[in-house]
Amino acid sequence: MSLATAATHTPVLATDKKINTTCAYCGVGCGITAHVNEKTRTVDVKGDMHHPANFGKLCSKGSALGETLDLSSRLLAPEVNGKQTDWETALDTVAERFSSIIKEHGPNAVAIYGSGQLLTEDYYVANKLMKGFIGTANIDTNSRLCMASAVVGHKRAFGADTVPNNYDDLHHANLLVIVGSNTAWCHPIIFGRIRAAKEADPQLKIVVIDPRKTNTCDIADLHLPLAIGSDVKLFNGLLHHLHTQDALDHDYINTHTNGIDDALVAAQNDANSIADVAKYCALSEQDVTTFYDWFTRTPKAMTLFSMGVKQSTSGVDKVNSIINCHLATGRVGKQGAGPFSLTGQPNAMGGREVGGLANQLAAHMDFNEGDLDRVARFWQTDNLAQKPGLPAVSLFDEIDKGNVKALWVMATNPVVSLPNADKVKAAIEKCDFVVVSDCVNKGDTLDLAHVKLPAQGWSEKDGMVTNSERRVSRQRRLLPPAGEAKPDWWIMTQVAHKLGFEKSFNYGCSADIFKEHAALSAFENTPTQKRRDFNIGALAHLTDAQYDAFMPTQWPIPHIADTLEENIAYANTHSTHFFTQGGFFTPNQKANFIALTTKKPQNAPSANYPLILNTGRLRDQWHTMTRTALSSRLNQHKSEPFVEVHPNDAKKYNLQAHELATLTTQWGSMVCRVDITTTQQESNIFVPMHWTNQYANKGRMGALVNPAVDALSGQPECKHTPVNITPFAQAVRGFILSREPLDLTCEYIVKISQDTYYRYEVASSSTPKHLKNWLAHKSGANLNPPTQELNDPQAGIYRAANITNNTVNYIVCLANEFTAPKLPDRPYLSSVIAHTQSTELDQKVLQPLLTGIAPIGVEDTGKTVCACFNVGEKTILNTIKKHSLSDYKQVGKHCQAGTNCGSCVPEIKILLAQ
Amino acid sequence: MSQTTKPKLVVIGNGMAAMKTVEELLESDPHRYDITVFGAEPYGNYNRILLSNVLTGETNIDDIMLHDKAWYKRHNITLHCGDHKKVVHIDRKNKHVTSQDNTQATFDTLLIATGSNPFIAPIKGNDLDGVIAFRDITDVETMINYSQNKQHAVVLGGGLLGLEAANGLTQKGMQVTVIHKSGSILNRQLDTHAAQLLQTELEKRGVVFLVSTQVEEIQGENGHVTQLALDNQHTIPCDLFIMAIGVKPNIGLAKEAGLASNRGIIVNDTLQTYDPSIYAVGECIEHRGDTFGLVAPLFDQAKVCANHLAHHGVGAYRTLPQATKLKITGIFVFSAGQFNGTPNSESLTFEDTNTGAYKKCVVENNTLIGVVLYGDTQDGLWYQQLIENKISINAIRPLLAFGKAYCQPLLDEINNSTQPHQQNDLATEIPA
Ligand SMILES: Cc1cc2nc3c(=O)[nH]c(=O)nc-3n(C[C@H](O)[C@H](O)[C@H](O)COP(=O)(O)OP(=O)(O)OC[C@H]3O[C@@H](n4cnc5c(N)ncnc54)[C@H](O)[C@@H]3O)c2cc1C
Ligand code: SF4
Ligand code: SF4
Repeated sequence: MSLATAATHTPVLATDKKINTTCAYCGVGCGITAHVNEKTRTVDVKGDMHHPANFGKLCSKGSALGETLDLSSRLLAPEVNGKQTDWETALDTVAERFSSIIKEHGPNAVAIYGSGQLLTEDYYVANKLMKGFIGTANIDTNSRLCMASAVVGHKRAFGADTVPNNYDDLHHANLLVIVGSNTAWCHPIIFGRIRAAKEADPQLKIVVIDPRKTNTCDIADLHLPLAIGSDVKLFNGLLHHLHTQDALDHDYINTHTNGIDDALVAAQNDANSIADVAKYCALSEQDVTTFYDWFTRTPKAMTLFSMGVKQSTSGVDKVNSIINCHLATGRVGKQGAGPFSLTGQPNAMGGREVGGLANQLAAHMDFNEGDLDRVARFWQTDNLAQKPGLPAVSLFDEIDKGNVKALWVMATNPVVSLPNADKVKAAIEKCDFVVVSDCVNKGDTLDLAHVKLPAQGWSEKDGMVTNSERRVSRQRRLLPPAGEAKPDWWIMTQVAHKLGFEKSFNYGCSADIFKEHAALSAFENTPTQKRRDFNIGALAHLTDAQYDAFMPTQWPIPHIADTLEENIAYANTHSTHFFTQGGFFTPNQKANFIALTTKKPQNAPSANYPLILNTGRLRDQWHTMTRTALSSRLNQHKSEPFVEVHPNDAKKYNLQAHELATLTTQWGSMVCRVDITTTQQESNIFVPMHWTNQYANKGRMGALVNPAVDALSGQPECKHTPVNITPFAQAVRGFILSREPLDLTCEYIVKISQDTYYRYEVASSSTPKHLKNWLAHKSGANLNPPTQELNDPQAGIYRAANITNNTVNYIVCLANEFTAPKLPDRPYLSSVIAHTQSTELDQKVLQPLLTGIAPIGVEDTGKTVCACFNVGEKTILNTIKKHSLSDYKQVGKHCQAGTNCGSCVPEIKILLAQ
Repeated sequence: MSQTTKPKLVVIGNGMAAMKTVEELLESDPHRYDITVFGAEPYGNYNRILLSNVLTGETNIDDIMLHDKAWYKRHNITLHCGDHKKVVHIDRKNKHVTSQDNTQATFDTLLIATGSNPFIAPIKGNDLDGVIAFRDITDVETMINYSQNKQHAVVLGGGLLGLEAANGLTQKGMQVTVIHKSGSILNRQLDTHAAQLLQTELEKRGVVFLVSTQVEEIQGENGHVTQLALDNQHTIPCDLFIMAIGVKPNIGLAKEAGLASNRGIIVNDTLQTYDPSIYAVGECIEHRGDTFGLVAPLFDQAKVCANHLAHHGVGAYRTLPQATKLKITGIFVFSAGQFNGTPNSESLTFEDTNTGAYKKCVVENNTLIGVVLYGDTQDGLWYQQLIENKISINAIRPLLAFGKAYCQPLLDEINNSTQPHQQNDLATEIPA
């Protein structure tokens, strides 16, 4: 196929059209109705009223999708060794280098590192190319970081990676146990549903198990701030308690499970008394007892778990400790009862279905004789990889050692997100040949690539995704591709052709791929054979129109009738729950109890690294910010990397609120702002995972995290790294607001993108004689001379601005102290530079600009609290005062804050309390 | 009106200080004295300050008259004015004064307010025609006449007066050069940066500056100036040469009368000379070592002096820090206090090149000790008040350059909460 005609089989685009698609940010998988104007390349995003994940609601990230479509930061054409080129040349380079490395060093010398943001079709092609034809299982994805322990835990217990329940169960449960998940921020729409369930049924009990008092605790009846890594002890204790209270479901156990006795003995040995458990987990006996009692007497109990459980060296054990309790009470796959893993990424589930991890083969099949044979026959290949490949962390170790010589990274940023990130960076730098497919033109990993391939972005891609509840939805193309950008599957297909596999990768469009994927899922897996849980055989014969019009449906979608309508109808009634009546995918179709003993996290705190570093996600940022950082609304929320520290630790380690601190682990270091809060346990500190070199030169959390992994799942222990914290003595600190991006060189820089300008937070530990000279030195020829300058060297104050034709081009504020009034209020100055229309600003505002104070009559709304409606703290406080409000709902009525996704409600409540 | 029963007050000099004193006196005790005034200029009292504006044409002589002759009549003051009425002798023993034309007047109390004379540089040729000073109405009339048919004017001295003359003559169409001895103009009133801004602005308006330059000789033809020889070996054409390099207190008469004087006539805090029946005010005096060149202190002197003349006997004169103003349309400069700093002072600056504003605040021990404002002088008096009242500026330091609107609320807040008794100091505004 010639390049020019490739991938022409794409849906026709229309202007001003309403298109239903799926949110690109998290595993909740919300449906979106997009109003698209192709001419202006603008997309107005609303929740899809009919999508069963969200019924019209969207969180702040989802709502802002339309704001992140800016072309300015897009990679628009292929590049080879830094030079722009055409697709043909770029793809030839990739194919030639890959084949020569394979020829010389064997197939295991090449690897693909993908992402939970790829569509199912992309994933399928990547997996088929590597495992089926190149002949290596060296394909892993960043799902390793968020999912792997759940996959293994599910497989150990159920014989398959199956999520037995669904979102609707949240509305039927009487007890929700949320473990290691800041649902309020990470899965806002799920949290919204839980809040709604609680409001509808005040009897619903909610237990949050998390070392940190997160915003999720806002609706909790009980919060268990357990010691990091002690989850297995807590759930072993629960299993033992259920046993001693005679609360086991013996019928279910006897007919549907294996291994209860060993599990009970192990639980008893490990967690003999509530007192032991409470002590080990650093909880009060009272709280543990309450939790155990509630779980014991509530049949409709669900346990939702996420990163806190999975990102651990005993991640798989933790998952199984939870599942054990559900199996023991027969609470699996029942309405309102079951264990529920929340996935982080939009299509992590799709990746799992395809088999896109190094230790999976394909379509929920494994590296066993039967499956290997089956897949080889289906793909008609004799080069199928015979054993698992390298999981993420080992993969980068092998790259570092020089054993893997060619790497293709797709839609992810391992230099930032992987543990021991500095080593990962060094490894990639050493790697002979690095290809990166991405939609943005700058990134910590992309910058290291020999070949850069422009991939289509969310609004341009077309395919399928699967969310946390097994619901397959269409992600539809909204806009024509940016520049030369191509779908990821197309890019890989072209390389496959050039490697000589033309016949096996002869796809005209994404539907062709999806149908093949569906066919494989049903291959020798008929409804009667029922070898595997994952079966979407009914979709193997979709017409292009049916593919296009596909409505969100939970799998399995087996082929049991002749028409698609009948098959979908069957799925809609039969696919909501798994295992209600057993039917597990183990050899004897019974679920396995796993006998567990609590293990300590791998690296214990020491004298040099006395604290424990915990990491996690923020409400308004997605992963490593390449996309969300473009939206200014999202950046208002928490704009700098920060570390949360308990007040006692702050005292102990001489830390001041809002000052900077250096965090050091055996693996790396990072500088960030100190946030002192009692929501953080003593001896633990918390750091968000989002900032990258592009946005924060010293803010890469990944550099700190220990490379310890779960032996079974390979998922890294991101939640427990011994760490030291020291104050970062700032001789200079301040911020720069600039319409143009700046090339700054100094010790601490955080770049925050806003609609019309950038905000840089800067700091340095060396004392300059004059701040003015310091600035000139740090910004080089970057800044035009200021038109306004306030210089008070002895007081340590320097401020400057360039204003041309009433437009503010930049504002610099530096000081030798953080405290006001030396550094003025950022929100006010931000609001001034945000004006693009010069007529909006008059001298009344511009002349006293460097005061940083609003002249009378100019509104200062304060820092953004509600990201959805851009409502500031001061506006909310004023509203509360003006109308004497006492309830967050009233606040919403008066100023809209908190009325969309509601994730700012906890903050509004704090303001109400003031 | 019954005569001769009242004590007689004779006033020498009919200028701003003298008449301000008389005015104050009339207000507090209108009938105490029989008043006689001698003035060497042939007018009533006029506002000398506004001569600069007369030169530019912004105003005229009639409009700058403070007290016309009718006013003297109305207040029963005998006015002897004109060149020949210049007082040439004071007879302290017999208590009378004599004018050039031999008009005599006896006094019980004498007030001397003879002002000052322009300093004429001892340069060869300074007696040529076309070499003048800038002091009185005659000088202004001379300049206006020259500007109508001559081209080259040179002003010696880049001080306030010199710059105002240069600006006025430029507006009258002459090509004006300012020669200034120091490297930066207005060096007694501005720091070098503000001086540079000012020079640039005046250059834009057509004035040529020769700084760090001196005149070696004034050369002429037919008794009239034609060119100047400079210390840089150049000569420049000159049709009108104006000396504006300062003034000397006019103390000849007092000295001759044997009154104690140094640079000026020495007075005590009540403006009394060593002769208890003789008072003196204005530029002719020396008070605690200071001499004067601006009107604000003279008016303070006038108030105190009038109070004592009226036998109220309260009030002592103190010299307060002085602010500078330059009267050139569209140019605003203001300075006060020790704006060039002290060895221990710190300074902060603000500059806006779009509006042309520049501000410098000099701080020592957390109080403001000096300020230079260029472009935006609106808050000049407020700064001056901060300097005089020695208010701590610690809390307002980052806002100090942005003036009263931003700082005063904070100061009031601090003041209200910590030192309620001092409130008045801050609340008082300096009268305009
Ligand atoms: C062009 C110009 C602009 C100025 N601008 C400013 C300004 O902006 N701000 C400011 O504060 N100051 C300014 N000054 C200075 C201010 O005008 C003087 O400080 C003030 O006029 C001095 O007042 P005085 O009464 O002491 O002297 P004068 O006003 O000089 O009055 C003295 C009077 O006494 C008369 N006299 C002297 N000897 C005798 C005698 N023997 N017999 C009779 N009469 C006699 C003189 O003829 C004169 O009329 C300016 C001065 C000039 C010339
Ligand atoms: S909850 Fe997740 S899927 Fe839903 S809108 Fe937010 S980011 Fe998107
Ligand atoms: S409200 Fe505020 S932040 Fe948000 S979605 Fe809603 S409300 Fe958001």
